[in-house]
Amino acid sequence: MDSIISVKNLVKDFREVRAVHDLSFEVGEGKVYGFLGQNGAGKSTTIRMLLTLVEPTAGEIKIFNMDLKKHRKEILRQVGAVIERPDLYKYLTGMENLRIFATMSGIKISEKKLMEELDRVGLAMRAHSKVKTYSQGMKQRLGIATALVHDPKLIILDEPTNGLDPQGIADIRNLILHLSNDLFKTIFISSHLLSEMELIADSMLIIDKGKKVVEGNVKELFDPAETIVQLKTTDNNGAYEKIKKSELKKFLHDRNPECIMLKLHRDEVPALVKELVQMDIGVMYLDSRHSLEDYFLSLTSGQQHVEPFKN
Amino acid sequence: MHDLKKEVNQIERGLFKITFISLFSIVLLHSSAKAQTAAEIITQVKARIEKVNNYVAKGKLLTNVAFIKAPVAQVKIYFKKPNHIRIRNVSGISFIPRGSVNISLDNVFSDIASYDIIDAGKEAKTGFRIIKLLPNNDTSEVVLSTLYIDEKKMLVMKATTTTRDNGTYELQMTYGKYADFGLADKIIFSFNTKEYKLPKGITLDYDVGNSKEEDTKLKNKKGKVEISYSSYVINQGVPDSVFQ
Amino acid sequence: MWNLLKIELLKIFKRPRTYIAFGAITAIVFLVQLALKLDGKSYIDLLLSNLSGSFEFSGEFKSKLLNGYLVCFAILTTVLIQMPLLVALIAGDSIAGEANMGTLRLSLIRPVSRTQYMIMKFLASVIYTIALLTWMAILALFGSMLIFGTNDLVVLRSTGIDQIAAADVLWRYVIAFGYAAVALTTIAALAFLLSVFAENSIGPIIATMSIIIVFTILSEMNIPFYDNTIKPWLFTTHMVAWKGFFYVKATDDGVTISGSVANLPAILRSLVILLCYITVFVFTAIRVFRKKDILS
Repeated sequence: MDSIISVKNLVKDFREVRAVHDLSFEVGEGKVYGFLGQNGAGKSTTIRMLLTLVEPTAGEIKIFNMDLKKHRKEILRQVGAVIERPDLYKYLTGMENLRIFATMSGIKISEKKLMEELDRVGLAMRAHSKVKTYSQGMKQRLGIATALVHDPKLIILDEPTNGLDPQGIADIRNLILHLSNDLFKTIFISSHLLSEMELIADSMLIIDKGKKVVEGNVKELFDPAETIVQLKTTDNNGAYEKIKKSELKKFLHDRNPECIMLKLHRDEVPALVKELVQMDIGVMYLDSRHSLEDYFLSLTSGQQHVEPFKN
Repeated sequence: MHDLKKEVNQIERGLFKITFISLFSIVLLHSSAKAQTAAEIITQVKARIEKVNNYVAKGKLLTNVAFIKAPVAQVKIYFKKPNHIRIRNVSGISFIPRGSVNISLDNVFSDIASYDIIDAGKEAKTGFRIIKLLPNNDTSEVVLSTLYIDEKKMLVMKATTTTRDNGTYELQMTYGKYADFGLADKIIFSFNTKEYKLPKGITLDYDVGNSKEEDTKLKNKKGKVEISYSSYVINQGVPDSVFQ
Repeated sequence: MWNLLKIELLKIFKRPRTYIAFGAITAIVFLVQLALKLDGKSYIDLLLSNLSGSFEFSGEFKSKLLNGYLVCFAILTTVLIQMPLLVALIAGDSIAGEANMGTLRLSLIRPVSRTQYMIMKFLASVIYTIALLTWMAILALFGSMLIFGTNDLVVLRSTGIDQIAAADVLWRYVIAFGYAAVALTTIAALAFLLSVFAENSIGPIIATMSIIIVFTILSEMNIPFYDNTIKPWLFTTHMVAWKGFFYVKATDDGVTISGSVANLPAILRSLVILLCYITVFVFTAIRVFRKKDILS
């Protein structure tokens, strides 16, 4: 498998703050690669380094097997990207916006072809309306159209669903799947929503505080054997002792003052519930989620604990 | 003290004698021509000038003032008795010094009755007769006019006029084809200018600094206006509307 | 290259804000013309008040003095003070505005080098400046010529009066407008440089105007200490050099020499200084921008 993106030991310092810490990863051709992390984890900085907007302090970036710094133009000709919310030129029409970015990518394109591109993102009807009249979702789709207009091999999307309503999120998701499944584009997509990535990504990388924490194939990462059940009972201590003495002992994973955690295969969860009832444990609350999700949420809660003190 | 005064008186008397003798000799030398009184000369000059009832002249006007740079203007000069004068630009614009139009010879001659005529002898260098005109009323704008007259041609060659409000002017005339009418081919009008200064805040100049030479030039407060007449159309009538 | 420039021009000229400047110029010029048409005599009297002691000014003189060339001169003197704001409005926005709209990051991920991008942006600002100036020339010069006719142009300076024959004026305006274009390009270059550092366009516009105001005050004040030290090097001192084309040479008799310019070397020196400013501003802008991390 050829690497489309190859990043080695990437570092970025903003004055004293290290935003990206020795990051390395590879993105294979034709894959949807999820890039996950909380806000401020270093996702945007990394993406901006991939797109030459930010100069790395150290490390190496190769795209299409070429050094990004040396072959910037050649590489960018084959890359399309949307970074955060694209506001675009509000006083121009969708068509005019698209033409601007097509020209900047060095391609000559007919009005008809531009219209096809707009149609692909469902904006053909509004091609000649000023962008300031567009909804946020329409702007996002136009942004994606500008990223696709020059038919790039690699598409980089930074938080494309941010700020969109559920329908908007679904539209973008379907578009990404279409690009990947039907047009065989390589897609590098960042998000802070694991559930989103689980639905579309082939591989993913989670970073926290600029460092890689998890990387791998989505199928492997979401192994059903890695399901975590959180249990709250009328008497946590009593329940814990009962479980410890029972058959369920092998599932015990962790505990804290609020709940008991068990780790098992997803298919075993109904049997677990049945057993708990039979053991006469007063179940107040039971929640099963994947261990990765559990881990990701712990990053979130860590974030939440830090936030109030920052302000 | 007394002695000194006496002495001065004697010297003055002696000088008077010398002057008297020299004047007398001049009169003798010119005995062929009849020596005329100042009043007679004025009358003759006036008569010549009065032959002209009106004229329209074409000419060039050049303003030469230290602080003005201006192109030579093509002008038409209109005159009508007794003392209406109007300078009109055929093309361009001309800065005309205050009083230069009114303080013309015609103005003096048309109103000659209101002046006392005083003979002031002759100018040594040119031999022109010097006649001073003093207005006999106190309200006159003119305080003193001095005419330098070429007696042979009966033409006023130079005139200096001191006015109450506008300083002293000098007119210098050169005659040619139209001498018979007492009309000059060229008149140079000299006057003193007031200092010119505008605040830089108003003009917003591009200030590159004047050279010293330019600065001294600007301090010169003598101004001149030269009118060179190329042609006169005499006594063919000039409508009054021109002077309004 | 031409395609990129076309894009930048499209962005400028499709923008309503751009036409505020054209509207402002139209309004100023029209108001000055209207006022002078209705009550030009008061203006002329004011202009001549310092001279009326020495000279006689007939109504005819005054009406000839108030001709299209003089009106244009009056407009240029006042409007060229206001125009930097209108130029800064666009040039100060050129980078900062894109940063603010979030289009800068979308533009810089295209296969266009940052240097190329900056040059195109600057050229577009210059073209806008020239367009604005041309518009003003049409209104202020040709408009005034139509309304007020033409005659000799009398330029009042603090030290004297330069009168230029009507036939000798028009070419001076053509060159003066050319010079004014360079002067305003200097402002555009300054605003452009400041634009690189900001992420909204208000900052560079205000900063540009502040610098111009401070420099203009230093240029106009007559403080001997500044006169010979910093004043000759301030760009604002040299921005008014277009007036130099209306200062003429004269013969010893005080006769204007047609086609002459009083101090051409000084004007050329001013021109070179402005060109140096433009070069330094633009080069610095490009240098800074090339190394800049785009975080907007």
